[in-house]
Amino acid sequence: MSDRTEVVLETKKLVKHFPITQGIVFKSKVGAVQAVDGVDIQLRRGETLGVVGESGCGKSTLAKLLVGLEKPTSGAINVRGEDMTKLKGTALRRARRNIQMVLQDPYTSLNPRMTVGDIIGEPFEIHPEVVPRKGRDKAVQDLLDTVGLNPDHVNRYPHQFSGGQRQRIGIARALALKPEIIVCDEPVSALDVSIQAQVINLLEALQDEFGLSYIFIAHDLSVVRHIADRVAVMYLGRVVETGNDQEIYENPTHPYTQALLSAVPVPDPTLRGHRDQIVLEGDVPSPANPPSGCRFRTRCWKAQSICAEQDPVLSIRERSPHASACHFAEPRDVVHAL
Amino acid sequence: MTDIKADIDVLRGIDPNAPLLEVNDLHVEFRTRDGIARAVNGANFNLAPGETLAILGESGCGKSVTAQAIMGILDSPPGYITQGEVKYRGVDLLKLPEKQRRSVRANHIAMIFQDALSALNPVFTVGFQLSELFRVHRGMSRADAKKRSIELLDQVKIPAARTRVSDYPHQFSGGMRQRVMIAMALALDPDVLIADEPTTALDVTVQAQIMGLLAELQQQRNMGLILITHDMGVVADVADRISVMYAGKVVEEAGVYDIYSRPAHPYAKALLESIPRLDMKGQQLNVIRGLPPALTAVPKGCAFNPRCAFAQDVCRQDPPPPQYIVAPGRTARCHFWRDVVGDE
Amino acid sequence: MSDINAVTSAAGPSTQPQMEPKHAGRGKKDKPRSLAADAWADLRRNKIFWVSSILVLIILAMALFPTLFTSADPRDCVLSRQHAGASGSALFGYDFQGCDVYAKTIYGARNSIEVGVVATLLSGVIGLIFGLSTGYFGGWVDAVLSRFIDIILGVPFLLGAIVLAKRFAQDPESNGVLAVTVTLGILGWTTAARIMRSSVITAKNQDYVAAARMLGAGPGRLMLKHILPNSIAPFIVVLTILLGTNIASEATLSFLGVGLKGDAISWGISIAEAGANARTAPEPLVWPSVFLAVTVLAFIMLGDAVRDAFDPKLR
Repeated sequence: MSDRTEVVLETKKLVKHFPITQGIVFKSKVGAVQAVDGVDIQLRRGETLGVVGESGCGKSTLAKLLVGLEKPTSGAINVRGEDMTKLKGTALRRARRNIQMVLQDPYTSLNPRMTVGDIIGEPFEIHPEVVPRKGRDKAVQDLLDTVGLNPDHVNRYPHQFSGGQRQRIGIARALALKPEIIVCDEPVSALDVSIQAQVINLLEALQDEFGLSYIFIAHDLSVVRHIADRVAVMYLGRVVETGNDQEIYENPTHPYTQALLSAVPVPDPTLRGHRDQIVLEGDVPSPANPPSGCRFRTRCWKAQSICAEQDPVLSIRERSPHASACHFAEPRDVVHAL
Repeated sequence: MTDIKADIDVLRGIDPNAPLLEVNDLHVEFRTRDGIARAVNGANFNLAPGETLAILGESGCGKSVTAQAIMGILDSPPGYITQGEVKYRGVDLLKLPEKQRRSVRANHIAMIFQDALSALNPVFTVGFQLSELFRVHRGMSRADAKKRSIELLDQVKIPAARTRVSDYPHQFSGGMRQRVMIAMALALDPDVLIADEPTTALDVTVQAQIMGLLAELQQQRNMGLILITHDMGVVADVADRISVMYAGKVVEEAGVYDIYSRPAHPYAKALLESIPRLDMKGQQLNVIRGLPPALTAVPKGCAFNPRCAFAQDVCRQDPPPPQYIVAPGRTARCHFWRDVVGDE
Repeated sequence: MSDINAVTSAAGPSTQPQMEPKHAGRGKKDKPRSLAADAWADLRRNKIFWVSSILVLIILAMALFPTLFTSADPRDCVLSRQHAGASGSALFGYDFQGCDVYAKTIYGARNSIEVGVVATLLSGVIGLIFGLSTGYFGGWVDAVLSRFIDIILGVPFLLGAIVLAKRFAQDPESNGVLAVTVTLGILGWTTAARIMRSSVITAKNQDYVAAARMLGAGPGRLMLKHILPNSIAPFIVVLTILLGTNIASEATLSFLGVGLKGDAISWGISIAEAGANARTAPEPLVWPSVFLAVTVLAFIMLGDAVRDAFDPKLR
């Protein structure tokens, strides 16, 4: 229904290293946490890009970089041909308007001392050019209606709403400036199961209505499969595999993706014991001191000496029709019964 | 030493032929400023050795409170058990004095929690905390207790157990900490283990490791396992039977295959239809209207009626639906269970 | 089959955003219930709050309108009445100088309260500035200012107060009120600043601040709309407690002879004067002491009750 070829957002070799320092006044750098280390992603108009990975893989830092909450160490974030990292002043403010975020925890992401009307109206106060002062009350009420809340509730405070309703308020705030891109950072993981579906359906409906592009960051691979058109799998600050949902879920070629998918339980007891189970040994290495070469090699059952020496690039390979960062990439179905 | 004596007192009442664990008509209420919250409102279930019973429900449905009531670790006040029995091998635990209760807690029914970091004492080494259990409850010497602790850490597959035994809880990763907690829970060979959201805070690959470990240990020891969770994927992987709780009541109890293929309660059915699946794309997510009720204001009749697609007038009136027997060993609290289960 | 249809049709197709009952809670009147309103509902039921606020009101009335409470003149002292016992005209008897103890105690409230309130406000302003800037900016600003706070905190209170009060009270004409107020204000803000700093740091890291930053909010908006309202409650409570201790400190300094002086009337001076003859004539000592203790207690209890009501962790 929408033109899926136009790229609205693109990152080029995006890097964020957090320095590890000692001392308070006179700081000296003793190392760096490589939270995001050379990430290239593309987001097309009207599409949902799922970003998955376990805690510490850098997906939340990536989200913060995209919305400008953190400054990248190097690399570029291109939004409609402009590099956001180079913009300043008014141009930056204008560009920022175009990319908004829905946060994970609906209990902490709304200021408890502000009414819902003030919370949703705040974007208009910061960017007064979007809606003239007179139209703001109406705009706020329309937004509440759009996300399925009662427009008469503008004077209520966040603690008078349930978790799902609060997440709707967060979504309304993200919609206020009419952005093209919304970064959703685990938007349903703090919600109860029966409420998750409501919010997912709302996000899908809004995407259709406004032609939004989503970057959907989540650890729940089932939710991502449901909502995403394309998926990027991250491990220790890097994207290890990207593809459309079919490619990633049905024919994953990177061992980490395979292990990750095989670990996700499926709500169907008849599959019990009939799925390919890959149990990874050990824990994720520290991002302050990642392994040489392929970062997954320390836990990988396919690792050879080349994996320690050569960093596998994310590209299409002989046995992987979609981009995969593994020297030995080959498909393996771990989702369905054997 | 006193605990050993208390244990002997408990053991006197135990009937080895009685069911392992039986919960009958359990009621728990919280007396709060805003009124009485009926957190558990007549919960029934039983557990056999080697069996895994999953208690499935959303936050506030009373599943954790049920576990706390069984363990006898309910905060009181504000929580009170007002009615019901919790029978371990025929002994009603609710009637035991606190000292014997404590002994049951250590030796027969153990529990692990979601947050392993706060469940372990940060100022003592893991080895010390484990050894203490053996020294207090088994009267072991310091050296024996340490040896036994290392064996146990080995059993829960902590690499290099011999050196890690002298580490502090914060030196372990999330998954390893959960293993330590499992080791502590299993130290005194309980025959019932209650796991309250044991993997909710963990990543999926670590979750798979922990669930695999629990299943293995359960099989080795022929333990009864009560798994409290909201994750229907995990339940499908490990449970034998499921009790679905809603607003303090078990609304459906059934074998795992039955409930996933043909649920008999509308809540269970709607819940199953509302979750996205890893192995399917493009399915329509069903939505359960509205919110779970506040426990201080549970609707009249069936608590689920305002959100239910099957609801009729009878559902909105007291008395609430009784436990209908759907099949042997299978119950549902729904007047229209035949309609729910019957189509297709 | 029909039942499946019933489920899906009742829930509506997934493209419709309105899944939760759209007008949930409509029957109720839509009254905004802020945290302050919740806190008030809480306080209304709190006996300690009522007792302490009634006491505070009475004390304030004494400070503002002493003539409501007594018609006697506290400066009307006649030596012949020295240590005369309580009577109908002088409820608490007379002191060493033959002054009416009751009248002196009532009139003493004004100086005590004035010093306490103004010194507390002064401390509050300094503490707020230091707390906000150390907490919000962090880094070297925090490092430098926090060490400065530590230095002030390291000064022994009495020693510092005596030195400062003496330094400020050079003018022989003045009655010392200003000197004591400034002294207490300068020495008293450190705890409040530290409390403010830590609650600002907590508030600064909340998601809603990140959300506002993401929208492009500047530091002014972040501080005034998001951080300040969410971090000020514990600070205000510390100030109410400080108010109580400031009143006590004024009495202490006056007792030591570096506080109010000349013909100023305050509880501290009365206590100091009566100390020497306490064994033979306890009344001139006891009454101002009782008033002082009750006042300090009332303010501290009020602060405590308010803090509990505003603490979201307790609800």
